[in-house]
Amino acid sequence: MGRPGATPAAEGAAPARAAPTRVIGVGNQWRGDDGAGPAVAHLLRARQGAAAAALQISAIDGGGLNLITAWAGATTVVLIDAVFSGAAPGSIHRFDVGAQPLPEALFRHSTHAFGIAEAVELARALAQLPPRLVVYGIEGRQFDPGVGLSPAVELATRTLAEQLWQQLRMSSEAC
Amino acid sequence: MKTDNRVIKVDYLARVEGEGGLHIKLKGDTVTSVQLRIFEPPRFFEAFLRGRDFREVPDITARICGICPIAYQMSSVHALEQACGVQVDGQLRELRRLIYCGEWIESHVLHFAMLHAPDFLGYADAIQMAKDHPAIVQQALTLKKAGNDIVNVVGGREIHPINVRVGGFYKLPTRRELQRRLKDQLEEARQIAVEAVRWTASLPCPDFEQDYEFVALRHPDEYPFNEGRLVSNKGLDLSISEYETYFAEEHLEHSTALHSHTRARGAYLVGPLARYSLNFDRLSPSAQEAALAAGLGNECRNPFKSIVVRAVETLYACDEALRILDSYEQPDPPALPVEPRAGTGYGCSEAPRGILYHRYRIDEQGAVLDARIVPPTSQNQRTIEHDLWQFAERNLQLPDDRLTWQCEQIVRNYDPCISCSTHFLRLSLERE
Repeated sequence: MGRPGATPAAEGAAPARAAPTRVIGVGNQWRGDDGAGPAVAHLLRARQGAAAAALQISAIDGGGLNLITAWAGATTVVLIDAVFSGAAPGSIHRFDVGAQPLPEALFRHSTHAFGIAEAVELARALAQLPPRLVVYGIEGRQFDPGVGLSPAVELATRTLAEQLWQQLRMSSEAC
Repeated sequence: MKTDNRVIKVDYLARVEGEGGLHIKLKGDTVTSVQLRIFEPPRFFEAFLRGRDFREVPDITARICGICPIAYQMSSVHALEQACGVQVDGQLRELRRLIYCGEWIESHVLHFAMLHAPDFLGYADAIQMAKDHPAIVQQALTLKKAGNDIVNVVGGREIHPINVRVGGFYKLPTRRELQRRLKDQLEEARQIAVEAVRWTASLPCPDFEQDYEFVALRHPDEYPFNEGRLVSNKGLDLSISEYETYFAEEHLEHSTALHSHTRARGAYLVGPLARYSLNFDRLSPSAQEAALAAGLGNECRNPFKSIVVRAVETLYACDEALRILDSYEQPDPPALPVEPRAGTGYGCSEAPRGILYHRYRIDEQGAVLDARIVPPTSQNQRTIEHDLWQFAERNLQLPDDRLTWQCEQIVRNYDPCISCSTHFLRLSLERE
């Protein structure tokens, strides 16, 4: 670890699945509204069909550290995660991470020790942030074990998916 | 004798998986109470499994934890195969060891590099540490990625893998695919792991040896993943099906996660320290060599040194994965046929944090009648509390902020995976 002459981590250098624009839905579908991010990814994937090869869509559930691997090689990354700030359920927050750190308290909802906010800041410290990283937070209402989104959250996932689809299909650089 | 009464409170304990609570009361120079509080939705998954088809169980239980889904899949498939009278062997068994290697690498590296190391170096978190030690964090990410790659290739995806089934797998990788997608990464990871053992052993470590009862699996030939007898350094030697005869769970008011203890002696410890101390002779030669060179000896009773043991086990997992890759030949078919029959099956595997016990009773159609799951963190709860008690009493002279910091570190020594079962972990240290 940290030996002299050590080479940088591989994931920043040689992505196996390079794509200019990557959409990543983050969350656990088995924890109520925490499934909002994957729900948006699924909706976008359904819209995408076989088209728009430059747009890569995935859903991940797990520690934020996997994000650094998941976005490696992409020039534009859109993350969607559930948040809990006290705003009305279904509210959509947007953060341009290149310009500002993510409010950690907002994204502290993960039960994981290393969440999305930590992953973003770790990547920033290691100069491994994608050139453009936009994070959307969908305000959740309940995160108890169980499958299914609250009605307001489900509506928000559809709204955001449609909005992202319109933007991303026109230009993989715009979001 | 100290006579001052103080109250120390920490509301949020960072860098642990999941969320729970901890409350410590001190009066003068005496610890009067230590409670690890876990606010688990009690037995949610066990109840949820009732009535489900036995073939669904591995995928359902994998959702209990995003960090150790393989452990849940492995314990459940072994239990259900036993219930159905099936023994998986040969290359399918080897692939199960391989995917477990991936999970150990992922989980151990996340913990020792990102969650635990900052404690030893005085950083609030890995982000702060990365600013001063970017090469270490970069190397850790590369090492962890090798584990992700194994789980991805064998399990179908990195998180909540979907390729494990009762009887084997849904789809098998070819020998060429394993070589192409894993070999070089694992060779590099292995070198990093050797360095990681050296580096973790160089970290300043409190002197805090404890007389634990270590409990782990022990196999005649292998460092344990999926099979073996349950043994301890205080005389236990039993089959997995005897687990509930020798271990009991009890409900304590301050925690909704059940506390485990041996019926004979009480608290016990599972996880890397126990595995290592009971199975040192089963490690690969290079892992043994690295451990001894790092000053560990063939037994380790200092929980702070679990950071070194995790690095040693990571090196072992790289060695073992490479061994499996070199001898792998794709078997056919990808899974043995498994027909349900009425009965009970028992499974226990070595999750990164320690033994994970599963028991299932199914009917002749394969419907689950009842299930029992005992995760490692609930087994370690009493020992964590015991460590805190001992450590706090020996270090009452420390200022409150320092004592609080080190008590948090005590909890992190165990890499508690409270997300298997809980919501919030809050730490409060109270001096009356």
